[in-house]
Amino acid sequence: MSEGVDRDKRRFLTLLTTGVGAIGVGFATTPFVLSMTPSARARAAGAPVEVDISKLESGQMMTVEWRGKPVWIVRRTKEMLDSLPPLDPQLSDPASKNADQQPPYAQNPVRSRKPELLVLVGICTHLGCSPSQKFQVGPASGMGDNWTGGFFCPCHGSKFDLAGRVFKGVPAPTNLVVPPYVFLSDTRILVGEEKNDDKKGAA
Amino acid sequence: MEKLLAWIDDRFPLTKVWEEHLAKYYAPKNFNFWYYFGILATVVLVMQIFTGIFLTMHYKPDTELAFASVEYIMRDVSWGWLIRYLHSTGASFFFIVVYLHMYRAMLYGSHRKPRELVWIIGVIIFVALMAESFMGYLLPWGNMSYWGAQVIISLFDAIPVVGPILSEWVRGDFVIADATLNRFFAFHVIAIPLVLVVLVFVHIVALHKVGSNNPDGIEIKKKKDANGVPLDGIPFHPYYTVKDLVGVIVFLMVFTAVVFFAPELGGWFLEHDNFVPANILQTPPEIVPLWYFTPYYSILRANTVNFLYVDAKVWGVIFMGLSIMVFFFLPWLDRSPVKSIRYRGWIYKSALAIFVVAFVILGYLGTKSPQAIDLILFPNVYWAQIFTILYFAFFALMPWYTKIDKTKPVPERVTK
Repeated sequence: MSEGVDRDKRRFLTLLTTGVGAIGVGFATTPFVLSMTPSARARAAGAPVEVDISKLESGQMMTVEWRGKPVWIVRRTKEMLDSLPPLDPQLSDPASKNADQQPPYAQNPVRSRKPELLVLVGICTHLGCSPSQKFQVGPASGMGDNWTGGFFCPCHGSKFDLAGRVFKGVPAPTNLVVPPYVFLSDTRILVGEEKNDDKKGAA
Repeated sequence: MEKLLAWIDDRFPLTKVWEEHLAKYYAPKNFNFWYYFGILATVVLVMQIFTGIFLTMHYKPDTELAFASVEYIMRDVSWGWLIRYLHSTGASFFFIVVYLHMYRAMLYGSHRKPRELVWIIGVIIFVALMAESFMGYLLPWGNMSYWGAQVIISLFDAIPVVGPILSEWVRGDFVIADATLNRFFAFHVIAIPLVLVVLVFVHIVALHKVGSNNPDGIEIKKKKDANGVPLDGIPFHPYYTVKDLVGVIVFLMVFTAVVFFAPELGGWFLEHDNFVPANILQTPPEIVPLWYFTPYYSILRANTVNFLYVDAKVWGVIFMGLSIMVFFFLPWLDRSPVKSIRYRGWIYKSALAIFVVAFVILGYLGTKSPQAIDLILFPNVYWAQIFTILYFAFFALMPWYTKIDKTKPVPERVTK
């Protein structure tokens, strides 16, 4: 019997060793996988940005950088604001029901704290291009005769109105994101932070 | 000399390897033009690795320095312009020869039994090559590099639940940043090249196990002489080594002509927007991937309709992934009793022609704005939708049309 082989025992030991080895590989992989996540420095870099908007004229747009993304600030004219309500039937989410796309204080028809001042993250919700501004109206915009102004993503043809609301039938699924922001004064805003009472509203 | 060889052979199978893979590897005698692209792909791979090593001696993978270091290579490094143009032109030629190499398989049924694994390894090489070129394209840190990477990595966001975490993990930051550039450099210069070299080796080992197909799609191993040598086979060396050498020289003539006289090839090989440093606030007016990705990019953009409770964005990503993954199944989708197009009927010939047209037009549309009208009648996006359907119909209907297609009798021996 000393020559005999207990095959069941051998198979059991093989399986056990393989299993223990696999667990070991799993543990050994973890630090390598986690080393690729955003580092502490990258996570700390998302500081809010203070913007002076005193020189922003009516109908104009300025772009600032926040967390490595373009943030647009547009001072909308009355015509621009008037163009918004008639578009509702052509939009995917006219009432901004998707709560992920803006803070609660921007969940209104103009998607902003103050009606004329629009603050948006200038990144298309489709695949992350930065849409271009198409503020001209009608044929001059190159967007068709019925265009009332907005944004157009050159990458995949998504269209947004002057509140960053997405049109139906384009690849982008949701409205443009409104970042958290707060007015420090009439001419200064802070992008990336909100008042404490706003946070309560969000929760 | 013979003593030395015997000494080595006792310790390493040198003569055995030489005979099995070259001097006594019997390849069909009727190889034609289409059989150059395998060796050409190998030549380009070696050239890319070689030029790449010399580029890493001067390149700096840092968002502050990358763009300037590439310009430094172009202007100040002795012969740097040549090494970089060989590398950038080589990338495009890699895809040209690989696409023609794959088309050869579809012409002569080289993916059919018993060569399914050769084909599957080949498709994996193709996917690895796409990853390699995509990551390499970020390194110059031009504006198209930046926004192209931004768009493609955002594709991961479309995956439900884990998507955003996954894309953050790939980028190593919340946007494309220094961490992304650094890791793409690591993948581009070491990780994926290693994988590619190993896969190419395995590809050739698998091929030499089953033997090469030929334009007639006949198994030459079925007819052997008294010594077990296929009657229609000739030793790879010297017959095909010499023939391939001619092919390589002709290829290098065309290749160097592009390198010397048109390295940008009118924006097709090096895009104009990439001569501008990356600007995170300004997307280029049109984001266009390099030409070899445009067919898939067109398929991605062609999905504009939400259906089955799934966003158009997600469908775009699914169909783009599918348009590449579907190649894995080709050996089993094809149900024809014959392999080579020479003995197939009009249906497969037409289907393949339609597929090629769809692929080329999708590629063309991928370089154009979706809303513009570059063909006739309707905007590009509608044409892209039509050709996307044709692209997938080629694969989806293949089990059916290859079965009913009338075939011609296949001869016993290879023809001229």
